[in-house]
Amino acid sequence: MKAVVTGVLGAFAFALLATTAIAETKLTIATVNNGDMIRMQKLTDDFTTANPDIKLEWVTLEENVLREKVTTDIAAKGGQFDVLTIGTYEVPIWGKKGWLVPLTGIDDQADLIPSIAGALTVDGKLMASPFYAESSMIMYRKDLVAATGMKMPAKPTWDEVKAIADKITNKDKEIYGICLRGKPGWGEGGAVEGALGNSFGARWFDESWKPQFDSPEWKKALTFFVDMMKADGPPGVSTNGYNETMALYLAGKCGMWIDATVSASALTDPKQAKFADQVDYAMAPDTGNGNHGNWLWAWSLAIPAGTQKNDAAQKFVSWATSKHYTELVAAKEGWANVPPGTRTSLYANPEYAKVAFAKPTLDAILSVNSAQPSSQKTPYSGGQYVAIPEFADLGTTVSQIFAAALSGEKTVDQALAESQDAATRVMTKAGYIK
Amino acid sequence: MARKVSTNKKLIITVLAWAIGLLIFFPIFWTILTSFKTEREAILLPPKFFNFEWTTENYGIVQERSDYLRFALNSIYLALGSTFFALLIAIPSAWAMAFAPGKRTKDLLMWMLSTKMMPPVGALIPIYLIFRDFHLLDTRFGIITVLMLLNLPIIIWMLYTYFKEIPGEILEASRMDGASLVKELVYVLTPMALPGIASTLLLNIILAWNEAFWTLALTTKDAAPLTQFIASYSAPEGLFWAKLSAASTMAIAPILVLGWFAQKQLVRGLTFGAVK
Amino acid sequence: MATQQTRTLGRFAVAPSVISLFLWMIVPLAMTIYFSFLRYNLLDPNYACSLMHPDQLLDGANRCLAGFTNYTYFMTDPAFFKAMGNSLKLVAWVLAISVVFGTLLALLLDQAFYGQAVVRLLMIAPFLVMPTVSALVWKNMMLNPVSGMIAYLFKSVGLQPIDWFAHYPLAAVILMVSWQWVPFATLILLTSLQSLDGEQKEAAEMDGTPPLSYFWYIVLPHLIRPMTVVILIETIFLLNVFAEIYVSGTAGTAGNLPFLVYQYGLIANDIGGASAGGIIAVILANIVAFFLMRMIGKNLDA
Repeated sequence: MKAVVTGVLGAFAFALLATTAIAETKLTIATVNNGDMIRMQKLTDDFTTANPDIKLEWVTLEENVLREKVTTDIAAKGGQFDVLTIGTYEVPIWGKKGWLVPLTGIDDQADLIPSIAGALTVDGKLMASPFYAESSMIMYRKDLVAATGMKMPAKPTWDEVKAIADKITNKDKEIYGICLRGKPGWGEGGAVEGALGNSFGARWFDESWKPQFDSPEWKKALTFFVDMMKADGPPGVSTNGYNETMALYLAGKCGMWIDATVSASALTDPKQAKFADQVDYAMAPDTGNGNHGNWLWAWSLAIPAGTQKNDAAQKFVSWATSKHYTELVAAKEGWANVPPGTRTSLYANPEYAKVAFAKPTLDAILSVNSAQPSSQKTPYSGGQYVAIPEFADLGTTVSQIFAAALSGEKTVDQALAESQDAATRVMTKAGYIK
Repeated sequence: MARKVSTNKKLIITVLAWAIGLLIFFPIFWTILTSFKTEREAILLPPKFFNFEWTTENYGIVQERSDYLRFALNSIYLALGSTFFALLIAIPSAWAMAFAPGKRTKDLLMWMLSTKMMPPVGALIPIYLIFRDFHLLDTRFGIITVLMLLNLPIIIWMLYTYFKEIPGEILEASRMDGASLVKELVYVLTPMALPGIASTLLLNIILAWNEAFWTLALTTKDAAPLTQFIASYSAPEGLFWAKLSAASTMAIAPILVLGWFAQKQLVRGLTFGAVK
Repeated sequence: MATQQTRTLGRFAVAPSVISLFLWMIVPLAMTIYFSFLRYNLLDPNYACSLMHPDQLLDGANRCLAGFTNYTYFMTDPAFFKAMGNSLKLVAWVLAISVVFGTLLALLLDQAFYGQAVVRLLMIAPFLVMPTVSALVWKNMMLNPVSGMIAYLFKSVGLQPIDWFAHYPLAAVILMVSWQWVPFATLILLTSLQSLDGEQKEAAEMDGTPPLSYFWYIVLPHLIRPMTVVILIETIFLLNVFAEIYVSGTAGTAGNLPFLVYQYGLIANDIGGASAGGIIAVILANIVAFFLMRMIGKNLDA
């Protein structure tokens, strides 16, 4: 026992010494554990050889844990991170609070796709630099759609999607026409339901912030969603998140999947997907109104106000979101693995144009209008989310209620009435409704 | 003849016990098995039991991505450290409550348990602010303190029930012989209570090892234990079953091994306590 | 038996744990109570404040007094009563399952059979697994209605797989939590059984006491005390079950009180509301503990 204690104390002392002996600037970077971020961690030698005085320390976490940690830290000024990975939802809110340092020296800032740069800009200053960006699109199995004798239009409506899904579905063989996520959480099922609402012309609030779940548009949207998933969806929709849904598609159980454009690189990877050579793409569905859901998300790098290491952090953010980095990935891992969606020049590159999902991704991102997410007038900007601080709470609550509608525990009418009450409560407490 | 019957009985019980044991263990077994599959085979239906291509690539990927040893070492520090300090404080307390109980000892015990009733999130911001002001964020010392305080009530409870089993007369006899209280504690009580202390120690190591709220909230890298290692593998984009299984196996392996070596001790120790 | 001297020493011996636990309890508790009367949103600290109470801003306009708003808001939340019910159901079911199955498994393990040590570890192992890992494994590899093991078994005998998390969310959560806590009960009850006097056992066998009445009159009374310990310790942990609900995505249907507090605190970033919820949860937990002590506390004396 004594030996153990001595050993432990010795190791402890050694660890302390080891960490204090290094004099270089250490950057602590909080990142999300998706493929593109992991790839960047492997490629940082390129940065550290150019900047030998900077050492990078990664804190890699799954999205929700990351968001909780980073939010707590920045709001309570814990100062644990020098670079943050945050999304388009957080950037405007935190930027307005003065919690982020405006970025200087971003490589060819004018090259950033305007809708993405716009979502990350506060008062004319770029507050976060996009690492990759996504919208949503339909990804479908060519063979299954072809077998129905129908054709997938380039810009289908929800009704056309459902007609195809109905034909594909063969529950005895465990083939489901359409897979969508429905797991509670504003970034999970909430994202799909928000985009669905937009494409049906529904809105969360009217111009005076009165919740609109009692509107005919929402009733139509949710009824359609619940009916379609009941008829053509896999079991477990109400608790399937992004990962579960992707796993279903990869295992060859889904005819169609409407989700983030970045998923395409996994679906076309034969090491992961069963039918990797059968993937094709179409615009996310609308209802004939030209609104394809306005889904936009960009995982972006930002620097928290109050960091002591602003210079080094600026250098790193600039490197990670530069054209040079894109080329580095292309050289080492191929063009299909380049972080998508952030730069106009990438889509002008003939090499990248050969990647099958390049154009559909760009089309989807360019169709987004964050300032006007629904075809009705809204007091908010956003897309699959509403860009107000209260949305994380409200979106989570509403997606919980919608999940109960998906599982059949509640009727559509009950779910909408409850959502209306929940939204009214949240907005009243937050002071929007007096 | 009688012997024959009892062998049969033993066989039946053996079969039954193994069946139930394997059933209970199955999810863990399946996790370990999945960790040796490729991502594609991990989600394949119908599931494959042994007729798949065994691979250790998941372990390689996990190790390459995150330095397992650093997390594991922190887990060991935190589990041992918090247990050590908790026992240091708890043994005298439990001793006093068992052998010199006051009128309010039971209330005190109950009160100690009640300190564990606050949902952690409710106290997160206060603790976070305190940690920030005392520069304890992401320090081993800070998180060890929290884990110690979290488990202290359980430790005191367990020790108290064990100590209660030790007949007071033995202690009194030693006192008659003129042994000082310190000696009484060290030479008489401790050896008798050792099995109980050992099993409490193990229980606390398990609880500290698996604590996932505070360790995630209060550490980032220098003091981050395996719970955070797991949090970087759950739910990424893309396929992750096999990698998650590998990471999970790596996270629970040390504690399973400990459990294996300790299980005899555990049973003997607990025997001592929870009985009449 | 205790002399004045030992009693004084006893006080000294208890002091470190009492003082440290008191500080650990009172400092956060005091701050939580204070926060619970504030409008305090981590992300948007002063919007509602400056809008509604421009005259009551505290420290640099970050927070303002809210009176009992947070409490009434939390308690009028439609999710509140459901969460409270789920909390109680979860605790009650898992306790019942732990005690019953824990006893049965302990009785089984107490018999002589081949490979006892290995089986014992197999049965204890779930308790050693991190709750997050256990929840992920159960959700994705066991209970998943398409790719889960149980669905596979259902299908292989021609049954329609059940979508557990959609149709029996609470039962699914209870199953996952029980899987972790039955082993704990088994372990403690087993150790107690093994200490049961061998002579007593033999005497009972000699007398030809039927196994059931032997169990009823000798074994069960012997197990009452460890059962009490199991119940008390498990209650404390079960009141704060979180990972299983979080991971399985059953927050809306099987969410308990800690989850609701979590939603207020870390999703809505409403620290005032989460603090109020935390205080309410503490009060309710203490009520549960009080009745529990009234019911089974006397077993501890024996």
